[in-house]
Parts: sequence; structure tokens; C-alpha cells
Amino acid sequence: MAALAVFASGAVGGRSTLQQTVASETVPAQFPVTIVTPAGEVTITKKPRRIVSLSPTATESLFAIGAGAQVVAVDDQSDYPKAAPRTTLSGFTPNVEAIALYRPDLVLIAYDPKGLSEALERLGITVVHHDGAATFKGAYQQIRQLGLATGHKAEATRLIGRMKSKIAGIVKTARKAGRGLSVYHELTPDLYSATSKTFVGKVYAELGLRNIADEADAVGTGYPQLSAEYVVSASPDVIVLADTVCCGQKPSTVAARPGWDRISAVRTGSIVRIDDSIASRWGPRLVNFFRAMSSALARLRQ
Amino acid sequence: MSVAAEQVADVRARGLTPLWACSAVAFLLFSLAVGVLAGPVDLGVGAVLESAAARLHVPWTSTPLSSTEEAILWEIRVPRVVLAALVGAMLALAGAAYQGVFRNPLADPYLLGVAAGAGLGATIAIAYLPDGLRGQRALPVAAFVGGAVAVLLTYAVGRSARRERDAATLVLAGVTVAAFFTAWQTFVQQQNAETLQQVYSWILGNIPSTGWSDVVLILPYVAVAVVVILALRRVVDVLSLGDDEAASLGVDVRRVRLALVVAATLGTAAAVAVSGLIGFVGIIVPHAIRLLSGVGYRALLPLSVLIGAGFLVLADVIARTALSPAEIPLGVVTAFFGAPFFALVLRTTRGGGA
Repeated sequence: MAALAVFASGAVGGRSTLQQTVASETVPAQFPVTIVTPAGEVTITKKPRRIVSLSPTATESLFAIGAGAQVVAVDDQSDYPKAAPRTTLSGFTPNVEAIALYRPDLVLIAYDPKGLSEALERLGITVVHHDGAATFKGAYQQIRQLGLATGHKAEATRLIGRMKSKIAGIVKTARKAGRGLSVYHELTPDLYSATSKTFVGKVYAELGLRNIADEADAVGTGYPQLSAEYVVSASPDVIVLADTVCCGQKPSTVAARPGWDRISAVRTGSIVRIDDSIASRWGPRLVNFFRAMSSALARLRQ
Repeated sequence: MSVAAEQVADVRARGLTPLWACSAVAFLLFSLAVGVLAGPVDLGVGAVLESAAARLHVPWTSTPLSSTEEAILWEIRVPRVVLAALVGAMLALAGAAYQGVFRNPLADPYLLGVAAGAGLGATIAIAYLPDGLRGQRALPVAAFVGGAVAVLLTYAVGRSARRERDAATLVLAGVTVAAFFTAWQTFVQQQNAETLQQVYSWILGNIPSTGWSDVVLILPYVAVAVVVILALRRVVDVLSLGDDEAASLGVDVRRVRLALVVAATLGTAAAVAVSGLIGFVGIIVPHAIRLLSGVGYRALLPLSVLIGAGFLVLADVIARTALSPAEIPLGVVTAFFGAPFFALVLRTTRGGGA
């Protein structure tokens, strides 16, 4: 579960506070600005012009708040949006020299292995470390902080407002359809799942779905490996496949598993395919995730 | 006791006694029964027995289980128990055979690089195969090919050395090949960080709930390996004396060793392909039997098949039920429960003046 732990290790984040050293709403000059992330306090002295993002979620947020033009390089996993300048830089096995070659004034990371941030800071590069968010509030907070850090505060605020209102609208109609239904979220074909404690799990909770993984998480990792017997006997009403890209899973492969043809979701065809990257990130495409779930629930109720 | 004396003791050691044969069969039957009756979903002992009777067309029986429960029992649980038994039998038998062939008490089924090769094969499959092929089905095939290639390479490297001490050279060649393949696997894995979780979960080892397909996949290899190794079980006793001694007794050392190693390797590669890396079984089961019963290889090898199968079925019951309905990686269970058990065996047998 190492990789999952990596994605989830930041699950404690999201309770950060932010403050502006120049507390002025009317003056357009927003720098210097100080943000307080779970990894510590960061001061950005002037508007960054050369941003390197090693976090696919941050990349999506930057482009959504209009900071895309300031981005000079993104990591090999940042596959959205297409306009992002994707490079071979890695966020998992980062090379400080390779990052420094882009002469960045701001580097965004979601993972800080082997003193990466320290090494970059020693080179005079500002680093913002945003771990995986555990809550929607934490995810919005990160977008807000990225807005402050890049000089797009207003756009960030507008984006958050749009996300909140869209999600609220979807939830309002989908909650009725989802009442009393159970869901199984599949991370891998060997049945690793995510409980309501996790970020994806909160989407299902918001939609009023009962998550079958919750019962299986005695250890409290948030990502238990379920036994096949249990999934079949729990017979979830909806199955969400977050392993379509990584592991080639689709409704037909799920239906072909031994005993799975008895599961309610397989019989009614309520198997939602969600792009792995949408389901594992906590950025602006959270709305797409909600939309995919709500249309699946609507189909199920027809 | 000196090494030579120990080896002589091994050859003089007892053959298969009826008591040990019966105990081993009873242990396996007990494990299979527990494996079928216990699981994350409680089906009830009586209901399982009735369902089994109905399956066997015992007159006037019908299954009390619902169709979902029938599927859980016959399509998920029973195949998994059978698969665990096959993998356990294979790993214990291969471990025992290697220990005899290489005269090395620490030899395990992964000695000649089969684990490293299978790991590389699996990682490459996970990282590079196109989406359509990347389902669960391609992984065991790739792992099997990787394991077989690694051992072939080990054999080629060992042969090229042309040393007198053939067995030791082969072990060193295995270490070399394993190091090389492991490095390669780590590199591929690092280059494809998104595959990390899948590879890691494969390395931890587990018996998959894939129904009968994996059983069918490995059964031929395991069957051939068991037949070949058991047919040569008396020769292993002779081999364990040393190459020169065995040759003077009329054994074609090279050919016999090759046959044993090929059989053990193919079987292990097949087992590893479906279950990932399950450590400890191949070492602890043969040694526990040897310490407790004092038998020679001609009895140790068949006993390893029975006890290895039973041991892994029980370990998998723990993996399935301890944190039910979540699972624990089987490789963790075998070592966690196997190590203390083996320490106990060591203590009691020493205490008994063995």
C-alpha cells in the first residue's frame, strides 16, 4: 500500500489557515503574501513568473484559476489539462538539479521525499507543499492558497464559488436518488477500496450513499483490502471503478469475476467508470466526479 | 555435530512411517475443512455440509444456501482454498528439494532468482502492457515467463563458470541474477510511479479470489513438478551426501540435479505467478518436519507436499478472517505466525536432545 499511503499521507491537511501580510482588499498589489500550509509558513515575495508544478492536482488548479501562463513545467503525471507543459520531471523521485534547470521561482509539490523542499529552498526557490486533501474544505483551501501565491486571488475565489454551487446543485438532486443505496469504490483489481474517511469517500457520503468499505477498516488506514466474499455478499448497488486506466478494468471484466454476477450493481449495470486521475485528485475536476456519480444514480433510479 | 556426520545421519534417517503419513494427511484434511468452513461471510457449518452433499448428488439433500451464498462458497472460497493448497504444496516441496540438491539448509524456492525474475515480469506487465491486455490475466503469464527466464540465466551463468563445486556455483549465479533482475525491476517501477501500488501489492503475496482459472493455470506445472520430484526422492538422499559420493554410487549427478531444479523451478514460477511472493513456507515447512520427525528426503519430500498445502491453507484462513472483511497480505501472515512456530520447534527439538 506504499503508493496509496503516499497519496493519502496528507490526509491530515486541510485545516490550514491563511493570512495576508498586506491586508488590503482594494489594492491590486498582492505581494508579498504569506500562506500557512500544513507543511509550514511560506512567504512569496513577488508574483511568480516561472512556476514548476510537481503535483497533478496543483497543475489542474493553476490552469483553472488562470495562472497557466506562469507555469513553465509540470511533472510527468500532470496529464490535465492538455495545455500544461508536461515534462519528464517526477514528483515521486524528484531530481533537484533537473527542477532547478527550469529556473523556477515557485515549485508546487504534493510529496516531499528526502528533503526535496529543503534542497530547493537552499537554492532560493519558494516551495508550496500541498498534501492530499482529506476534506472538501481542505481542497478549497489549497485552491485559495494557490490563488494567493500566484496572484490570482479573485479567480481562485470565483472558481471555489462555482465548484461549491455546482456541487450543491448536483447533491440536491442526487441525494434523493442515492438514498439507501450502497457503493463500492474500487482502487485496484485486488479489491483495495476507500472508506468514508478518505477524500473520495466523502463524495459518496455527500451523496448519501453507504460505503461498504467502512465496515472493513478496523485498522483505520482508510484504504482496506476487501475480501471478494464480502463484496459479493454485501452486494453493493453501485460499483465505481477507479482502476480503469491503471489496470484495464471495465464492467465486463467485473462481471466476469467469479460470483460477481450476483452483485446488485452488476445485475443492474450500475458500474461507473471514473478516470483514475479524477478519482485520485482533489482539484477542480471534483465537480466532474460528482456529475458522473449523479448521472449513474439517476440511471439506476429510472 | 559435524556437517559430514549430519549428512550421514540424514541418509540413515527413517523413511516414511505410517504414523507420520497419517498425521500429515489428517493435518491437510483438517486444514481444508477449516479453509472451506471459515471465511469473512459466515455460511454456517451445517449449511456448508448440506450444500456439499447436494453438490455430490447425495439423495434427498438440497442446499440451504441462497444463490449468492452458493456462489461465495463454490466460486470464491473453495477455489481459493484449493489454490492455497497447491501453492503451499509447491513452495514447501521446492524448498525441500533445493535444500537437498544444494546441500544448503537456507535454500528456499526463490534461491535461483525465480522470485526476482517473476517480479520483473509482473512489473513490466503492469507498467507497459496496453490497457486491453493489462487485466489480471496477463500478469501471471508475464510473471511465469520472467521467473523461468531468470532461472535459465542462472543456469547458463553457473554452467559457464565450469567449477568443480557445481552446486555452490549455481547458488552464487542465482544471487547474481536475482540482484540484476531486482535492480531492473526497481528501475521500471521507479519510472512508472503509478504502478507502485499494484507491484507492491503483488510482492506482498496473496492468494487471489479468481475462481478456478488460476487453479487450472498452475495445476499442470505443479502436478508435473510433484511427480518428477517425488519420483526422484530417493536420489535426493544420495545427492545430499555430496556430488562425488553420489557419483560413486552411480548417480548421474548433473542430469538428476537438472531434472530436480527444472521441476522445482517451473512449479515455483507457476505458484509465484498467481500468488506473488510468499516467503518462509519453503524454508520453515521442510525444516519443521525434519526436526520433528527426523526423516530423510525420501519421506521429507512427500510430507512437505501435504504439510505445506495444509500450512498455507491455514495461513490464508488467517489472512481472510483476522481483520474480516478486510484482508491481510498472506506473506505477512506466513512469516508472522510461521517464525514463532518455528522458534518453538527449534526449542523443543533441542530440548529433546535431538
